[in-house]
Amino acid sequence: MSSSATALTNSNHTSGLSGFLEFEKPLARIQHDIEQLQHEQDGGSKKLAVNIRQQHARFKSTMKRLYSSLTPWETVLVARHPNRPLSTDYLKLIFRDFTELHGDRTFGDDKALITGFARIGKHKVMFIGHNKGKDVKERVACNFGCAHPEGYRKALRKMKLAEKYGLPVVCLIDTQGAYPGIGAEERGISHAIAVNLMEMSRLRTPVVCAVIGEGGSGGALGIGVGDRAAMFQHAFYSVISPEGCAAILWKTADHRKQAAEALRITAPELKKLGLIDTIIPEPMGGAHRNPEAAGEALEKYITTSLDEFKLLATDALVAKRQQRIRDLGSFYDSPSELAAREKAKQLSARRSASRSTRLAKRYVASTNITA
Amino acid sequence: MAIDEALGPKDKAALQDRVEIPAGLWTRCESCGHIVYEKEVAEALNVCPECGHHRRVDARTRVAQLVDADTFEEFAADLTSTDPLKFTDRLPYKERLEREQKKTGEVDAVIIGKAFIRGRGVILAVMNPKFIMASMGAVVGEKITRAVERALEEGLPLIVVTASGGARMQEGMISLVQMAKTSAALARFDDAGGLYVVVASDPTTAGVAASFASLGDVIIAEPKAMIGFAGPRVIANTINAELPEGFQTAEFMLEHGFIDRIVDRGQLRSELARVIDYCGK
Ligand SMILES: [Zn+2]
Repeated sequence: MSSSATALTNSNHTSGLSGFLEFEKPLARIQHDIEQLQHEQDGGSKKLAVNIRQQHARFKSTMKRLYSSLTPWETVLVARHPNRPLSTDYLKLIFRDFTELHGDRTFGDDKALITGFARIGKHKVMFIGHNKGKDVKERVACNFGCAHPEGYRKALRKMKLAEKYGLPVVCLIDTQGAYPGIGAEERGISHAIAVNLMEMSRLRTPVVCAVIGEGGSGGALGIGVGDRAAMFQHAFYSVISPEGCAAILWKTADHRKQAAEALRITAPELKKLGLIDTIIPEPMGGAHRNPEAAGEALEKYITTSLDEFKLLATDALVAKRQQRIRDLGSFYDSPSELAAREKAKQLSARRSASRSTRLAKRYVASTNITA
Repeated sequence: MAIDEALGPKDKAALQDRVEIPAGLWTRCESCGHIVYEKEVAEALNVCPECGHHRRVDARTRVAQLVDADTFEEFAADLTSTDPLKFTDRLPYKERLEREQKKTGEVDAVIIGKAFIRGRGVILAVMNPKFIMASMGAVVGEKITRAVERALEEGLPLIVVTASGGARMQEGMISLVQMAKTSAALARFDDAGGLYVVVASDPTTAGVAASFASLGDVIIAEPKAMIGFAGPRVIANTINAELPEGFQTAEFMLEHGFIDRIVDRGQLRSELARVIDYCGK
């Protein structure tokens, strides 16, 4: 990738580390060591070869350590990695016979959303996916995956076609958000997204969704309502970008790390909150280090989901989807319920505190240590 | 859209002005700058007698202005946020909520109930721009959904007076999915042939604009109400240019084909009654 492309994708924080993210500095250093050793190895010493093997092992274990405990902000960086596989990559890796269908029949053909017939496993499907673009030219043409109203209307039109012929719909989400521009507002971006939410909730064919990279707010949700929602392990899904949230609530974008933390945008957090059903595992070090393995995991999620939904009658499928959406979000029935729960929580906290004091005392007594 | 952005420079100026003028009697109109008599403004449904500027009104005031006297029967009044993320920015969300509750006397940013408008029974939901700019979290999403379901059960028209800065960030993704939840409920209502009328008031933006506020069978807006998806500052930064005059107003939305009518606040009752007579069962 050219340096200008890296600059365009912005905030990837890879500069100076030749392809490594800022938290991957230890990996960059080991990589550097390996390259130097390899340079020296041209002499062909056995000791050097062993040393290189050791460094490779160190690289692996360091990567494992880093990636098993990514912070939310680090997850954002991985999800936005310039080499992260895009929906167009998965189209080539796990879908076959893609037959692109263009246009919303009203205004134009938004390249930020790609739609068309495709096969996956033994299923014929309607493919819907955000497209961020592979190179500068493509990225500019598709607005870096930020769709206009015509993109959402194109997606809905193809979904309706799928419904008519009983094809399930597969939506791959990867966007910073809907495009914030004058034309988008003039052509009713609010209306386009709203209609998609409503129509997808009652579409009479299975809808399987997955966030493969960035799940940016309404622009993501606009193709994100379905029978099942998944996220890649290092994808994120948020109501607002961490930078945007920090700018509003902390009055400075510098607090993006805190915002990323507070917003609970990672796959494990969203699974815990009941907002997604499945976490799709990524190869060690992120999908960009092994797109084929990431593709395999995504394919498994899509085909098992489709196998399952195929067994359901359409009425039952739609009723189940409606119920699933109906149950999103929790609340207390009254402030007094809130107060009662707070009180119960305090009580149990006090109880467990006094229990741990008792246990500590017992421990002190049993080990005869003077506290 | 940022709540901050919904509060324009005029609002801020007006807030400052209010401090200088003896409270309650005379104030400066935030739009035309005329000194206006508060009592007169209230009698005119919070519309400036000089320039016709439609002030934002809290939900209770709106209900009183809209429905036949003493007919509003509220339900689900006590639904309360669980602070699902235990969110803290410069202030814990829990404290922010308590402050807003104390300030407004409301539990959250929408009230729903059954009422009569010129003798016609309706289910009514009114969003409250005075409560965290009527941002939508789980409680707002649930209450709008319950209003839809109640209208469905009782076979009554549904009227939603929208106002919102968008999703409630402090509830993260839970707030985003309320867009899906409310829209899915409206799909069921639509399937059943229910009449849904939106009254878009200032400001109707972001997540609320991109869900139930755009799904009305008939969409009415108040004059000059701000209606749009992305925050104007975000757009200006993205395109690196000035925004055109009147961008993201009710008039702009009407011109571009996304709302049906712009109606003065004083005419809303008769307008709603008329729409119900044409469409209601
Ligand atoms: Zn005025």
